[in-house]
Amino acid sequence: MKYPGRMLGEVLAHLGAKPNTIKYPYEPAVVQAGLRGKIKFFAEKCIGCKICEKDCPSDAITVNKLGDKRFECIFDLDKCIYCAQCVDSCPKKALTVTNEFELAQLDRHKLRFIFHAPDAPPAPAAQPEPPAAKTA
Amino acid sequence: MSKITIPIGPQHPALKEPASFKITLNGEEIYSMDMRLGYNHRGIEKACEERSFIQGLYLIERICGICSHSHSTAYIQALEELAGLQVPKRGLYIRTLIAELERIHSHLLWLGVAAHEVGFDTLLMYTWRDRELVMDHLAEIGGNRVNYAVNTMGGVRRDLTPDEIAHILKDVDTLEERTKYYAQVATEETTLVARLSKIGYLSQTDAEFLGAVGPTARACGVDRDVRRDDPYAAYGDVQFKVCVDHHGDVYGRVLVRVGELMESYSIIRQLMKNMPDGPIAVKSPRRIAAGEVYSRYEAPRGEDCHYVKSNGTDKPERVKIRAPTLANWRAVRKMIEGNYLADAPIIIAAIDPCFSCTDRAIELVRPAGAETLTWGALRQHGIDWHRKQGLDFAELNKKLNTQLGRVK
Repeated sequence: MKYPGRMLGEVLAHLGAKPNTIKYPYEPAVVQAGLRGKIKFFAEKCIGCKICEKDCPSDAITVNKLGDKRFECIFDLDKCIYCAQCVDSCPKKALTVTNEFELAQLDRHKLRFIFHAPDAPPAPAAQPEPPAAKTA
Repeated sequence: MSKITIPIGPQHPALKEPASFKITLNGEEIYSMDMRLGYNHRGIEKACEERSFIQGLYLIERICGICSHSHSTAYIQALEELAGLQVPKRGLYIRTLIAELERIHSHLLWLGVAAHEVGFDTLLMYTWRDRELVMDHLAEIGGNRVNYAVNTMGGVRRDLTPDEIAHILKDVDTLEERTKYYAQVATEETTLVARLSKIGYLSQTDAEFLGAVGPTARACGVDRDVRRDDPYAAYGDVQFKVCVDHHGDVYGRVLVRVGELMESYSIIRQLMKNMPDGPIAVKSPRRIAAGEVYSRYEAPRGEDCHYVKSNGTDKPERVKIRAPTLANWRAVRKMIEGNYLADAPIIIAAIDPCFSCTDRAIELVRPAGAETLTWGALRQHGIDWHRKQGLDFAELNKKLNTQLGRVK
C-alpha cells in the first residue's frame, strides 16, 4: 500500500538507539587486522636485491648498502601509497606490513623514516628513529 | 519568452568534482545542456606507459575511488590474457567476491547520494551506515577501505579464512534484510515515487543510440550486462538475473540498482558455497609478450573497457581506458531536456557520475578554436603557462631538494 511517511516507524525506532559512529580521536579507532599500514623493515634479512625499490609504484623505498651484508632502508612515507607491493615482492620476507595508520605529521622531514642497518650480524633490527638526519 | 543560459561549474558548491555545465533555460524548463569535461585530467594513460605493469596496476586502481577493483580487474585481465596466465579457480572466486562487495557498497552509496539530491537525507544516513559493513569486510580482506589492491598478475594477493567467510555471510544476511526494506520504501513511499517518476526520461531507442551503459541503460529496458554476455572471472559459474526495468526515468534507475543489490547477495552466497580450495595465484613474468588486448568488465556504473598494448618489455606501450561514465554523458544531455532546472542535480546524479574517472583526453580551447596537442607540446604549454603565472617548477624543485637535503 502506498502512503507517505513509510519510514516513520524506522525513524522513531532509532530515537533510542546508540549512535553508529565513534568519537574517533577520543576513542580508539576500530582497525582491521589486515589493514595495510606502515611497512616494517628487518635489516638482518635483507640481501640488497632492490626488487622492492624497483617494484614500488611511487619510489618511496631506498635501500642502501652500508657494508658487507649490511643494508639500511629509507622510507618516504609522504610518497608511500601503502599498497604493500614491496612486501609481496621481497624474496626474503625482509619487509612486513603493520596496521599502524596514524602517520600524519606537520613537518615533512619527520615523514622520512630510516630503518638502520644492524651493527653486528646477530644484532636484532634497530628501532626506527623518527627525525630524519642524514641524506640518502 | 527569451532563453537564458546558466553556467554551473567548474567550481560550484553543489558539485563534488569540477565539471562545467551550460544549461539553457526556457523559463524554468531546460531547453538544452552543454557540458565541458576535462578539469580532472590526470594523465593516467601516459603515466602507465612510463611504469612497469605491476606499478601501473596500483595507478590504474586509483582511477576511481569507488570502483577501484573494477579498473584494476579490467586491466589485470588484459595482462593475464597477453601473458597467457591461467588464474587458479580460487583466485577467480575471490576476485568475483570483491567485485560483488564493491557493487554492493557502490550501489548503497549511490542510493544515499540520490536520496540526498532529492532532500531525503534520512535514507542517506541509513544506507551509508549499512555500507560500512561492506567497507569493513573490504578493509579486512584487501587491507584498505578504498584501494583494496586485491589483484595481482596471475591471481589475487590475499586468501580468505573460513572465519572471514562465515562473517561475510552473516553480514550479507543483515544487508539483504536492509535492502528488502529499502526496496519496500522505494516502491511504497509515495513522496519518493512521485519525486523520482518521469524525471530524466530516456527511451530505449535513445539509450541504445546514445550508447548508454550499466544501470542507466538497463533502466530503459536495454538488456545488457557484460557479466552474463561475456562472462569473466567466476561469473560463468554463478546463476543470476540481469535486472531490467522499463520505467526509463530516475525511479527506474533506483529499482534496477536495488534489484542488482539483491542479485549481488545471491551471487556472494553461491561463491561462498562453491569456493574451491587450492592456490590463489600463479607466478607471473615481469615482461609480457607483445600483443594487444581489449578487456571488458561490468563495473557498478556500467561497462568499463581497457585496451592494453604490449611490445614485449616490462612496460605497456599503450593503455586506453574508457570509464563507464563517459559512455553515459551523451545520454544525460538527452534525458535532461524538458525537465525543470531543480531536477538537474538528481538527473546528473542518476547516472552515478565519476568525473575524474572519465577525463582521458583534453582539448585546448583557444579563441581560434579547439586544438589537440601532442605530449611534448602539452608539457611545454604547461611549463610556459605556469611560468607566466610566476611559478617556475625547475626553481621550486631545486628549492625543495635543498630543503630536504637531496642535492648531490
